[in-house]
Amino acid sequence: MIPPTFEYHAPTSAGEAIKLLSSLGSEAKLLAGGHSLLPMMKLRFAQPAHLIDLNRIDSLRGVREQGGKIVIGAMTAESDIVNSTLLQQKVPLLPEAARQIGDPQVRNRGTIGGDIAHGDPANDHPALSLALEATFTIEGAKGRRTVKAEKFFHGTYQTDLAEDEILCDICVAAFAPGTGYAYEKLKRKTGDWATAAAAVVLRLNGGKVESVRIALTNVGLTALRAVAAEQALTGRPLTPAAIEDAASKAMAICDPAEDLRGNREYKTAMAGQMVRRALAVAASRCH
Amino acid sequence: MTKTLIRMKVNGRAVEKAVEARMLLVHFLREELNLTGAHIGCETSHCGACTVDVDAKSVKGCTHLAVQCDGSQVMTVEGLANGAVLHAVQEGFFTQHGLQCGFCTPGMLMRAYRFLQDNPDPTEAEIRVGMSGNLCRCTGYQNIIKAVLYAAAELRETARVAA
Repeated sequence: MIPPTFEYHAPTSAGEAIKLLSSLGSEAKLLAGGHSLLPMMKLRFAQPAHLIDLNRIDSLRGVREQGGKIVIGAMTAESDIVNSTLLQQKVPLLPEAARQIGDPQVRNRGTIGGDIAHGDPANDHPALSLALEATFTIEGAKGRRTVKAEKFFHGTYQTDLAEDEILCDICVAAFAPGTGYAYEKLKRKTGDWATAAAAVVLRLNGGKVESVRIALTNVGLTALRAVAAEQALTGRPLTPAAIEDAASKAMAICDPAEDLRGNREYKTAMAGQMVRRALAVAASRCH
Repeated sequence: MTKTLIRMKVNGRAVEKAVEARMLLVHFLREELNLTGAHIGCETSHCGACTVDVDAKSVKGCTHLAVQCDGSQVMTVEGLANGAVLHAVQEGFFTQHGLQCGFCTPGMLMRAYRFLQDNPDPTEAEIRVGMSGNLCRCTGYQNIIKAVLYAAAELRETARVAA
């Protein structure tokens, strides 16, 4: 399988990439790790006349600490997230989750920004960024802006990114000491997308839930934040009954598509199970 | 058709070719350089038969454009042996019977090579994760794991003697 013909551009700065995007318009596609776009091009699901490769833009790569926040360049590869000491210390949810994406070779190419900007609810970083209350920095011909993860995902393959804009970095708060976290992902095999997955960020205080964020992968048109489940837990002790209540409230918002991974009922049930597991694991880490 | 001139080092040898932007790395290696070691298996980045080393990282050659390797150091299975002397990973797959039909083997060898560069003293569990991007339909993986363990021990011994 060979992709259709296209013109290849390899800008070395974000500014140059934005200029190319502005002049080429809808004819152009951005190439990050290529592990979604190149397969789609082979199948002719995507046939861009121009590919703008972001891999030579060094400023879009790497993890840094900036004013108490952790900033991750959009072109940072999953393997670099797994190996980042800074993330392991400050936002351990991301290395834990990135380890569950693809396989070693795929993680060497796949990027956090590509995973997010593709707008695929089966990808893992959309739910993770909802759970982490991430903010995205976007640059375009009209300048720079930030958007919260919660406002970014409009639908399957539909995001807040305009045609002439580039996702530059992902900004998350460092975990306060004692924050519990987990990403529980059910998949049939290495490299598969989640049948269902749940991301949890949890803080306990005096045996009660002080704050909790729960987000779900691949059980709706976008990644889903389980707001009702979060609200049901907040202020309550994390008892088995409370976890059960949260799981059923999370299942209530699931609207998965049936495919080879299972039917709607199965996927919804598995999303509930991932929430139960993620809450239990996160609670065990709250110390 | 516009072609782009690319330069890279493949198995230490400087290569310069004009290629179509859409040419995949695995096709470039096989068809332009006659390096047919990297195999085309699933073409969807699942099976790992096309695994090669680009700038000291394992990648799947079916999901990587040749033009993206301009300026890179590429290593394929053809670059592993030193003349007639097999590399430790090749010796491992040979002595431990780490293959049957052999189709997945070039990818397995290149992945094992890079994995052991990154982690010279792995546990069996780490090998299973490290090799998880390569599929084999014959062996049941037991002998592949043994082969990587064998190669790890060989490489450590060689490093110890050299030191």
